[in-house]
Amino acid sequence: MRAPLAWQIATVTAIRQETATVRSFTFAVPDWQRHLAGQHYDVRLTAPDGYQAQRSYSIASEPMRTGEIDLTIERIEGGEVSSYFHDVATVGDRIEIRGPIGGYFVWEAAIGGPLLLVAGGSGVVPLMSMLRHRTGAGDHIPTALLFSSRRRDEVIYFDELESLRDADPTLRVFHTLTREQPPGWSGYGRRIDRSMLFDVLAAIGRQPRVFICGPTLLVEAAAEGLVGLAVDPAQIRTERFGPTGV
Amino acid sequence: MTDRFVTRGFEGRGRAPGSANRIPPGQHEIKDFPVLSAGPTPHTPLEKWTFAIEGLVDQPVSWTWSEFLDLPAQEFIVDISCVTKWTHLDMRWYGVSVDLLLEHVRLDPKAAFAIAFGDGGYTTNLPIPDLVNGQAFVAYRYDGQPLSAPHGGPARMVVPHLYFWKSAKWVRGIRFVERDKPGFWESLGYNNHGDPWKEERYSGE
Repeated sequence: MRAPLAWQIATVTAIRQETATVRSFTFAVPDWQRHLAGQHYDVRLTAPDGYQAQRSYSIASEPMRTGEIDLTIERIEGGEVSSYFHDVATVGDRIEIRGPIGGYFVWEAAIGGPLLLVAGGSGVVPLMSMLRHRTGAGDHIPTALLFSSRRRDEVIYFDELESLRDADPTLRVFHTLTREQPPGWSGYGRRIDRSMLFDVLAAIGRQPRVFICGPTLLVEAAAEGLVGLAVDPAQIRTERFGPTGV
Repeated sequence: MTDRFVTRGFEGRGRAPGSANRIPPGQHEIKDFPVLSAGPTPHTPLEKWTFAIEGLVDQPVSWTWSEFLDLPAQEFIVDISCVTKWTHLDMRWYGVSVDLLLEHVRLDPKAAFAIAFGDGGYTTNLPIPDLVNGQAFVAYRYDGQPLSAPHGGPARMVVPHLYFWKSAKWVRGIRFVERDKPGFWESLGYNNHGDPWKEERYSGE
């Protein structure tokens, strides 16, 4: 029996450009363990002089995909690990990883719904794992995704979300673009606020299980907005990233 | 370490010479202050806020907000490491040391562990030796300002020598117990102790 969460060497088998600053990496994982949608892996890079850098990245792929995982990684300005993935890593590279990690920000079909997912930018990644898992495993569960991005070309997984929605009448997808909206844009065009959350709740019911992931200010606004709309705080799970001066 | 795995093409940003020996393994230094919470931010009105020392003590004690502000407080400048890999050096807090709070009770000799608990149902467990002798405090100001709610205000525990999840946000008291009981993250795959210098991140390491 191996120790839990031992480091292992995975191999990059595919790289997909999602947006100008976001890429998905498929890793073949020798000692693969089924994850729960929402969990993450730790990644460790080691320089020739022994210097190491570690980061955590959410799993984007669904748990049913045996033997491999996708991590979707956004390039962070000055980020030494994300720059490595965007500038250096290629198919065939071997990378140290360990996981899956995390036991709270997780969802599986057996937990049920209705399900409300709220994402800001690359915060959509663990929620995408939930949506991909839901397809096939729990697509009868009423689900809504409210996804805030800055611009249309920065929306991660846009096409896949469109096809998931087209194939499934119980999935609603709401986009909001906060900086710039293309001509003819039919989604929202502002930061997430209470009236937007009210609309979304109206679509799936007033007491959903909620997962919110994104930059701190978005998570705070969405969580407080939902509590203000009488959603049970105990049903709201959050994951935050990004700097804050608060 | 000739058998160490080396990542092709990774050089690393390198470490600032002055602070390298203050950054625990697997951590990197940041200058901002990320917020990490498992759920919505609770907002307890100050007039309803209390802080309790309870459990295996001769006589439980509880302070209101204004009583708590009257306790002798001091500045603490400490390095903080979060299990999500960031370390922030020289964070400037203001609050009351746990040693001072414990002067108000007599601990039962059977007490061996502490459970810090906060609004929203959060708990975290600590052995008593990790809480005393200047190692832990309850902070209500950060960097010269009242501690904001997303960062755990009005008051949070700070236990700088352990990963930051041990520093309970929105803290409302400490319960002393005889037997250890894993808290919120400790029950969800995170290490029971959480020493950053030993990289005690996850269960079983």
